[in-house]
Amino acid sequence: MEISVTVDGARYVDNVEPRMLLVHYLREVAGKTGTPIGCDTSNCGACTVLMDGVSVKSCSVLAVQANGASITTIEGLANGEWHPLQRAFHEQHALQCGYCTPGMIIAAADLLRDNPHPSEQEIRAGLEGNLCRCTGYENIVRAVQRAAEEGGTS
Amino acid sequence: MTAPAQAPQTAELGRARPRKEDARLVTGQTNWTDNIVLPGMLHMAFLRSPHAHARITSVDVSAARQRPGVIAAFSGADFADEQGSLPCAWPVTEDIVIPDHPPMATDEVRYVGEAVAVVVARDRYAAADAVEAIEVDYEPLPPVLDIRTALDEGAPKVHEAGNKSFVWPFANGDIDAAFRDAPVVLERTYRQQRLIPSAMEPRAVVASCVGGEFTLWSATQIPHVLRVMLALVTGIPEQNIRVIAPDVGGGFGSKLQVTAEEVLAVLVARRLGRPVKWTESRSEGNMTVHHGRDQWQRIKIAADSDGRIRGLDVDLLADMGAYLMLVTPGVPLLGAFMFNAIYKMDAYRFNCTGVFTTKMPTDAYRGAGRPEATFAIERIMDDLAAELGMDPLELRARNWIRHEEFPYTTISTLVYDSGNYEAATEKAKELFGYDELRREQAERNARGGRDEHGDPVRLGLGVSTFTEMCGLAPSRVLGQLAYGAGGWEHAAIRMLPTGKVEVVTGSSAHGQGHETAWSQIVADQLGVPFEDIRVLHGDTQVAPKGMDTYGSRSLAVGGLALVSACDKVVDKARVIAAGMLEASADDLEWSQGRFSVRGDPDASKTIQEIALATFAAHNLPDGVEPSLDSDATYDPDNFSFPHGTHLCATEVDTETGMVKIRSYVAVDDVGKVVNPLIVEGQVHGGIAQGIGQALYEEAVYDEAGNLLTTTLADYLVPSAADVPSYVTSRTESPSDNRLGVKGVGEAGTIASTPAVVNAIIDALRPLGVTDVTMPCTPERVWRAIQTAQKNGSAS
Repeated sequence: MEISVTVDGARYVDNVEPRMLLVHYLREVAGKTGTPIGCDTSNCGACTVLMDGVSVKSCSVLAVQANGASITTIEGLANGEWHPLQRAFHEQHALQCGYCTPGMIIAAADLLRDNPHPSEQEIRAGLEGNLCRCTGYENIVRAVQRAAEEGGTS
Repeated sequence: MTAPAQAPQTAELGRARPRKEDARLVTGQTNWTDNIVLPGMLHMAFLRSPHAHARITSVDVSAARQRPGVIAAFSGADFADEQGSLPCAWPVTEDIVIPDHPPMATDEVRYVGEAVAVVVARDRYAAADAVEAIEVDYEPLPPVLDIRTALDEGAPKVHEAGNKSFVWPFANGDIDAAFRDAPVVLERTYRQQRLIPSAMEPRAVVASCVGGEFTLWSATQIPHVLRVMLALVTGIPEQNIRVIAPDVGGGFGSKLQVTAEEVLAVLVARRLGRPVKWTESRSEGNMTVHHGRDQWQRIKIAADSDGRIRGLDVDLLADMGAYLMLVTPGVPLLGAFMFNAIYKMDAYRFNCTGVFTTKMPTDAYRGAGRPEATFAIERIMDDLAAELGMDPLELRARNWIRHEEFPYTTISTLVYDSGNYEAATEKAKELFGYDELRREQAERNARGGRDEHGDPVRLGLGVSTFTEMCGLAPSRVLGQLAYGAGGWEHAAIRMLPTGKVEVVTGSSAHGQGHETAWSQIVADQLGVPFEDIRVLHGDTQVAPKGMDTYGSRSLAVGGLALVSACDKVVDKARVIAAGMLEASADDLEWSQGRFSVRGDPDASKTIQEIALATFAAHNLPDGVEPSLDSDATYDPDNFSFPHGTHLCATEVDTETGMVKIRSYVAVDDVGKVVNPLIVEGQVHGGIAQGIGQALYEEAVYDEAGNLLTTTLADYLVPSAADVPSYVTSRTESPSDNRLGVKGVGEAGTIASTPAVVNAIIDALRPLGVTDVTMPCTPERVWRAIQTAQKNGSAS
């Protein structure tokens, strides 16, 4: 099936199998390997991307469902300079191995879009669908708080 | 032992530097193994055993070979002559049973998930489809699932030689005398449930074979060990194997392994003459990444009526799973030296039996043996305190090694070089508000276990005053323990003509932040800017020598290797600087990257100037080689012994069994700290993993030996909503090495599990509850309360 998808500002037109997952399309067809895969049951959130501005787990979306959509991955989040969340994750040491980081940052961006000034508990609840095995989440929460203080949704 | 040399007083040591490695990680410019694409690359998919135990009577891959996109399909028999046996590098006793472990099963399968056949196809979808077409006939055999009955006479056998792999005993002091007439003797049995390490990056492998030279990219913690082992297993000459660990997304011990998939990727690439890739799914990984823990611990303690410990007697049953993998039998032995923990006692006896079952093999998981031991001793110390009507911290203070007693030789014969348990505990109590919380607890108990709203929520305070042996390890000690390799680490420094520095380390990072911390160490040692240093690691061609990363060894061993290598650079530079300054080398003073002539501060040369002069080599002193490059291999004299006091307050709803962690304080003593950001991050993550064991995580097999927890929906890795905010702090008793460092990778995990469970029991002890089996789910907590009340044991 032919699909047309805008990924991080560039338009891609490809023929894909109807069963192909969006995350496999991004990684293996579009070459956007910044979005990793952490599980096969949509529990870990590592593959989270923005689809038309809303976060989705790209392992739970078929590539064909993204036809006509605009996808933002971690690779397209920076706009000349790092997104405030990218900066905050770096400065607050909110990542160690970094495997969950793309999904975590994208999910946090969506959280701040919904709720620009979340409490600690709201951040924890908002990121419940994104697992990290390294940080114990403490610094992730701090980083999201920091980005929120800086008004950092864009 | 000699006194530690004074650490250099410069800007970098102790500085909270954000990490160099973050730039690629926060922007998605990473190089995970699964990102790698090679020309002509094929994809592998495995057919895995659906039986816990069965004889394979036939495997037919012919239909799979006919599927579109499929290039080849193989059974174990197709590789029988070349696949060898997966290695066990730690034959802990002379009579240990180490069964043959073919990467792909040939005659018999012994756990669900064991590889039986492999399809190689043009894309991963085609490979997965074709696996369905493979026909295998199995003759089921009885599973062996419970190590408590696996050694019974008549029990079904996992291997022909039986279900016992080894018995490993240790004893010091007169244990019978310690227990004879002891005023207090307690005996407990604790369960260390089976855990799945759950690194966020699934395992992945890419292998290529060009002209007899092999390159293996793998999501591994151990590229160097893997290279040696691949050579030994497959017979491929070691010099023809290059192993690369690109960006690796966490390990926690699970990637300290030589896996079937790595060996088979190499063999398939050779057979087909094309590169191959395999990336596991999470479900596949939960079944086939080695598991952790899984022990039954019988622990017996004898004490005087004032709480002084007389003796400790430990009997472990450790589940090996179906085979012995890289360090499977050694894991419980790392715990053998840790049951006595920070306490003085007259006698100690330890006995460990390694038992085979038809389950995934166990092996190193964060802490490896030490969390298990720490859990058991810290749990029974709390019970002993309750038995004596004593505060649990008071009991510990009566038994721990006092700070003025270091260095101290423990009953398990380790020499603890430094520590200050009093200081860490005092600080933790203060941050926690220990005395106030005890008062609140007493008030609640006086109200019948109700909180200020009248809800049936009890408050419990959990204590864990832990230590661990890390910085693995002095090679001679590893030799005494029959480990197959040494415990040294290698480092090299290359001074570039422009004055920049390349640091090569044999310690292979997978999230720890070596690129940053190593830059800080070298910046201090050589007096060059942090930004001018690049750290290279994780590729046996770039960093040809190393022992890799596990056992909180990177800094305590690898960091010290860096210091030694820097010393050699400075020594070489001194001779060349003397020539440049026309002074005697003895008259030169080295400080902050500069040699100055004593008494003539204007006469000086920086290390960068010396590097350029060395590169040009026009005017070097006679006989001096034109190079500052140096390397060093450091073998530690001793382990290092981080310690700390972790305190946890839980609110336990006695009607629902729900446990909420109200506050968590961790005061850790990891010696000198290179980067406080990194240290704090390690502690946070470690605590969360320990909380996971205490409250959420368990690998569950059903009675047929099927793993039920194959997904992250069933195996509950904690989310941000499941863990509390942590208060962390440090005390600092420097270790007896040149940086004064200890290691921090495992401390949080070792400490937190008993702190949490002790807090739950402390809340419920007035109801007569003395134990809850981990993970302490609401149902288990609720049932423990019901059982205690039915037994009428409430006090």
